[in-house]
Amino acid sequence: MLQLNAETVHTCRDTIKRLSGEDVSRCFQCGKCTAGCPVAIDMDVTPNQVMRLAQINGRERVLASSTIWLCLSCETCSTRCPADIDIAKVMDTLRKISVAEGYPSPEPAITGFHRLFLASVEKYGRLNELELSIKHNLAIMKPTKDIRLAVGLFSKGKINPFGGKVKDRERVKKIFAESQRFVKVYPESIEREAE
Amino acid sequence: MMEYGYYPGCSLHGTAKEFDLSIKESFTSLGLGLKEVEDWNCCGASSAHETSEELALALAVRILSQAEKAGQKTIVAPCAACYSRLKMANVEVAHDAGLRKRISHIIGQDYQGNVAVRHVTEIYKENKDRLAASVTKPLAGLKIASYYGCLLARPKAVVDWDDAENPTTMDELVTSLGAQALDWSHKTECCGASFSISRGDIAVRLVGDILGAAKLAGADAIAVACPLCQANLDMRQSAAERRNKTTYKLPIIYISQLIGLAQGKDAKALGLDKHMVGAEKVLEKLSAAPIPHGEKKPVAV
Amino acid sequence: MVESSKDKNITMHTYSEVEQVKGYVGNFDVRIRKKARSVEMSKCTGCQVCVEACPQVVPSEWDLGLGTRKAIYTPFVQAVPNVPVIDRSVCRIFTKSKEKCGAACVRACAAKAVNLKQEDEIINEKFGAIVVATGYSLHPWQKAYGEYGGGRYKDVITALHFERMLQASGPTSGHVVRPSDGKEPKNVVFIQCVGSRDESKGVPYCSGICCMYTAKQAILLKEHCQDAQAYVFYIDLRATKKNYEQFVLRAQRDYGVIYTRGRVSKIYQKSDKLVVRGADTLAGVPVEVEADLVVLATAVVPQPDAVAVARMLAIPHDQFALFTEAHPKLRPVESVTRGIFLAGTCQSPMDIPESVAMASAAAAKVMGILSHSELMLEPTIAEVNAERCSGCLTCTKVCPFDAITTVAYDGRTVSNVIASVCQGCGTCAATCPASAIILKGFTNEEIYAQIEAPFKRMEKEVTAGAPA
Repeated sequence: MLQLNAETVHTCRDTIKRLSGEDVSRCFQCGKCTAGCPVAIDMDVTPNQVMRLAQINGRERVLASSTIWLCLSCETCSTRCPADIDIAKVMDTLRKISVAEGYPSPEPAITGFHRLFLASVEKYGRLNELELSIKHNLAIMKPTKDIRLAVGLFSKGKINPFGGKVKDRERVKKIFAESQRFVKVYPESIEREAE
Repeated sequence: MMEYGYYPGCSLHGTAKEFDLSIKESFTSLGLGLKEVEDWNCCGASSAHETSEELALALAVRILSQAEKAGQKTIVAPCAACYSRLKMANVEVAHDAGLRKRISHIIGQDYQGNVAVRHVTEIYKENKDRLAASVTKPLAGLKIASYYGCLLARPKAVVDWDDAENPTTMDELVTSLGAQALDWSHKTECCGASFSISRGDIAVRLVGDILGAAKLAGADAIAVACPLCQANLDMRQSAAERRNKTTYKLPIIYISQLIGLAQGKDAKALGLDKHMVGAEKVLEKLSAAPIPHGEKKPVAV
Repeated sequence: MVESSKDKNITMHTYSEVEQVKGYVGNFDVRIRKKARSVEMSKCTGCQVCVEACPQVVPSEWDLGLGTRKAIYTPFVQAVPNVPVIDRSVCRIFTKSKEKCGAACVRACAAKAVNLKQEDEIINEKFGAIVVATGYSLHPWQKAYGEYGGGRYKDVITALHFERMLQASGPTSGHVVRPSDGKEPKNVVFIQCVGSRDESKGVPYCSGICCMYTAKQAILLKEHCQDAQAYVFYIDLRATKKNYEQFVLRAQRDYGVIYTRGRVSKIYQKSDKLVVRGADTLAGVPVEVEADLVVLATAVVPQPDAVAVARMLAIPHDQFALFTEAHPKLRPVESVTRGIFLAGTCQSPMDIPESVAMASAAAAKVMGILSHSELMLEPTIAEVNAERCSGCLTCTKVCPFDAITTVAYDGRTVSNVIASVCQGCGTCAATCPASAIILKGFTNEEIYAQIEAPFKRMEKEVTAGAPA
């Protein structure tokens, strides 16, 4: 049961507003976001339900939802929202809160892909497409996935096995090291990190 | 000669090599120069902004700062995702001096916000007349469905030069090349490229929807201007065919490649042999088309 | 309309425009332009032979382009008066078209009523009161809703188009058909709130009438096309008046209309169908309908020239150009300008019963004024002390009601307040550099006295309570 009370009912809305500048309480539940979302059918909580839950501090359900990870950031919802809420930006924000607060990902393939993607960029400064695909397929225990495709790409000279590299890799490492401290924006999560 | 800064991004040095090739060809023919941004890094799309605002901004701003340092006033980013990230970064630092300072500290160099970010289709649109004049082999009879996807149509803050629901830039270009631009339903539907590897099932479904709509409109090929869209629509096409138990056989051709073809350039030089779905049928249709009288010479540049 | 046109106490000026309104309650000077109809009303018998003779066919505005009319026409069968008008912007004679008609209408008219030389007539008349009932317009959805095709799809129509089709004397003789191919539709989607409740594309307010007329149209669809299925995409159902809720339930229970709670995101053409992509937020799923016809309930918005009308009448309007009532609860049918009343959708979106109630109330209010030889007013109005008035006339510029005129006094020109126009706002009194204007009941002396009174009392109490 979701308990509504004066102390906490606006907490989720306020956090989102502080982090993204977007005010979810403007939402009046027309449902146009869900109607236009290409992946709404795959989500456990629809986009308009995310907005509603955010309005009534249903934060656990939102932060554990697959929705925030299935959002493709295609901005269809933001473009058509009659209340001018940048819903895609709200999803971005919710993802970050979810990570910072240590919610397990209901979409490990997607979150894992993001991690590997960023690891590649951290290592080389640029994305190594081949390495990323191999590592991802190993991680999801399907090492032969897309193998035919890879052979095809290779024969067409579209795969650069060594990938490009940035000369100033030290700086890239620093960027990652410094930026990772983004979690400090969230007081709750700092405490969790400290523990 | 007008020279632009050039940010190819990771794809154009890998899976989207032919986009890189054909852009350079077309820019040369338009008398426009491209110079790569010095020691550029990945813009972070689409994983960085999903997890850290600062990281996403820092990666993008370092690129802009590198360009600024070299005196590049405008950079062209052909990848729609890179373009969107870079332009968005510009918007964000322009509004927040504190943020700019913080990001400058992270990347270890200053950025004043003086580098304009433009997409390659914008540049083509600007040079539409010269482009039309350089056509020697009009793409007569070719029916093209122009596909913009998400990031060449949205958000308004980034793509302020075209309509979000019915963009027309590529259609106008396609028409000026002598081909027929189709009015179709899925111009701006998302193809799910960012899930191409992680949630292939979703990507394949979305790809199938788009290809089906283009097929229904009678397209010979789909024109794109984003390496992620191209890769997804091209590489996941056979999977979409298996899923929907149909055949699409729709070549996914970069707008720059179509320009090259209309300028009479060799298909191979434009990298048309590099797609998974071959463009043979399109090339056959073109070579079968009668060459108009008084063949035009390429415009001297 | 016919009844009103025959009433001996009503003069109807059709095809006419009010161009100027001066004066004040009981004393309005109104200039009316009676446009040249090119047909003399006194001679015309309404036989319509001229209309049949006219060869120039153009789209009919009344039928929203679903049907046609001639260059000489009456907009619809029941139009009052039953006298045609020549649309000079399309008439072959007036446009000097190369296609000659040989003045077919003139030759056809046995009563010799067609008069091509007729000119606009200006009528200047005095009126005691004015009721503004200029109606509404519909949101130009094509520009705002690219995701609904922006007008590119023929079978995406507005509710008004649908209404025209339902009418037996309408362009389709009462048959509901697809404009693209004339076929009877099977799956029909009604979309509510197109332009209303949409801050980013239209107006933030609710149009108030769409829930009910959509339910009516969905029911009538089923009456007209037995095999049809209606779907209504709504955000909230607003059926708040007598029997309204039951009516909507009847649409759902007896006519099988599917009500889906969610705004439509996109409409696109797929072969000869229209794919409507919406959501059912109650079920928590996106839904799609392959529709044959889509009917949009477009927002009620003010007439395009509402602001100009408000200026002419010196009545206020809100940010949407809806005319403002004098008080939202207690004076809902009056404008703040005395003698000018409001009725119907020029004030706010409303349905027919409400418009009729408002018009009746406005008429009763007018009778209240006209039935007396003298006006009873609030006593708190401004008054000019002609002795002190320097004649700078600053007050005439600041008065929001144009209530101050000038008079000659002792060889000078001084200001003078028209008592029946003044609303007692006090702006003139506050502005007057010579303090020559007082607001009755709020003179400086009176206000000072009010301020001083409590102090005096406190003083008294302090003195009384002070220890000896």
